[in-house]
Amino acid sequence: MRLQFILSEIWIGLRRNLSMATSVALVTMVSVLFLGLGVLSQRQVDTMKDYWYDRVQVSIFLCTAKSDLPNCSAGAVTDAQRKAIRGQLDAMKPLVKSVFPESQQQAYDRLKEQYKDSPSYRDIKPEQMPESFRVQLSDPTKYDVITSSFIGAPGVGDVQDQRRILDPLFNVLRGLSYGALSLAGLMVLCSVLLVATTIRQTAFSRRRETGIMRLVGASAFIIQLPFILETLVATMVGTALALGLLWAMVKYGIGYLADKLPINFITTADVLTVSPWLVAIAAGLAMLTAWFTLRRYLRV
Amino acid sequence: MIRFENVSKTYPRSSQPALRGVSLDIERGEFVFLVGQSGSGKSTLMRLILREERVTSGNVLVAGRELSTLPNRKVPELRREIGTVFQDFRLLPNKNVFQNVAFALQVLGKPRHTIKAVVPETLEMVGLDGKENRLPHELSGGEQQRVAIARAFVNKPAILLADEPTGNLDPTTSLDIVRLLDRINRTGTTIVMATHDDEIVDQLRKRVVELNNGELIRDQHRGVYGAQR
Ligand SMILES: Nc1ncnc2c1ncn2[C@@H]1O[C@H](COP(=O)(O)OP(=O)(O)O)[C@@H](O)[C@H]1O
Ligand SMILES: [Mg+2]
Repeated sequence: MRLQFILSEIWIGLRRNLSMATSVALVTMVSVLFLGLGVLSQRQVDTMKDYWYDRVQVSIFLCTAKSDLPNCSAGAVTDAQRKAIRGQLDAMKPLVKSVFPESQQQAYDRLKEQYKDSPSYRDIKPEQMPESFRVQLSDPTKYDVITSSFIGAPGVGDVQDQRRILDPLFNVLRGLSYGALSLAGLMVLCSVLLVATTIRQTAFSRRRETGIMRLVGASAFIIQLPFILETLVATMVGTALALGLLWAMVKYGIGYLADKLPINFITTADVLTVSPWLVAIAAGLAMLTAWFTLRRYLRV
Repeated sequence: MIRFENVSKTYPRSSQPALRGVSLDIERGEFVFLVGQSGSGKSTLMRLILREERVTSGNVLVAGRELSTLPNRKVPELRREIGTVFQDFRLLPNKNVFQNVAFALQVLGKPRHTIKAVVPETLEMVGLDGKENRLPHELSGGEQQRVAIARAFVNKPAILLADEPTGNLDPTTSLDIVRLLDRINRTGTTIVMATHDDEIVDQLRKRVVELNNGELIRDQHRGVYGAQR
């Protein structure tokens, strides 16, 4: 079939069916928008995780003279114990990327610096602050190895992983993004059903055309093609609108936040990365739905 | 060209067969009237030729193809050799005369220059030159049927099926339409026309095949509508 003829038939079809095509485009837009938000928020969580996990440390706190920690009943850490711990850490390369020893005085200075306006730490003395090794891991998820090696070791008061503070936050964010994805799933289901209904209706309202096509010997492919292409045009218009919205949201919404907050945010580059996938999903689902519906409701 | 070998057809959800044991041989270039009361199976016979329906038993051969073993994907090819005209014209209401006829070629992927050459030629043959730009509702019933005939014939099919093409037309117009079919027949096209119209059948004296209740009860050369007494 000539391209020009196909295009003009599709144009006529879309115009005659404008309200249906619009509803398909809008519902597709909302589903792709939710799908995009879900995927992008997953990426946001990953981005933040990468950022923070690179910075989190495992702290091995050593015993002070007056510590009440159960493992510190023997008193302050000895030089020999300190050396042993350090040696063991050095032996754990490459998991252990780097080790920063922090003396009692340094810990005290840091506390004073962080809480200089707060009265609650005014009476604290440097001797009360625990000395520590701050350990940076090449793979932050493996902090268990450090914990199990050093907890209860002579001279070690406690082992703390900063990740434990961050993880609940990430879990909440992850949960929210899964929520968006489930909502997107529902919306996609709605779009699929709407597309199927629309094609059914259209096939019925064009039964005269398709009947003539059949009679003069047009192939099944040619009879189905206008339906498939019209569906594709409507869903792609919706998808394009959704991607535009996502781009604008990230560019202006997230962009605004990124200027204000010291957090790594996704950028429009992430939108560009996920766009081909969203287009492929929308187009694939549209064609699949069209194909199934036509097989059932369009005699060829 | 068309051969029925002991063909029976029972529609699903129907107890009575629409055709029973019909055997029929139509040669290339023949003109055949298919007569019989309403419900006698005329349309069913045509639907079997088009493979719109499949036989329940027996065999149908059309243009060298055995239809019971013809795969679905080959059916369009079969239908390109058959033009079809109906009582209700079945024109596309928002396309003009030219576009209605061209549509049959466009959906087969014929190039534009072919369409530009063949469509006016066909319209002239059916006597519609000068009316290319009219919409169907701006035409009389007879003219609409001419458009439908032009559309059925524009691809030069070997067979033309006409299912009561004059059923909606007055007697004079009906005769004009049948004369047109006769002219098409003389170009070598095999024509099968189902009809109720005794005057036409009696006037043209072509081969008459009569169905009654799904059975072929008469096959007569140069026949008339009613059985001879
Ligand atoms: N699609 C169908 N389903 C069931 N029965 C049908 C169908 N089409 C036709 N029939 C029956 O088959 C018989 C023959 O019908 P038809 O071929 O249309 O006769 P004619 O064209 O001679 O009036 C009738 O009894 C009719 O009721
Ligand atoms: Mg009939």
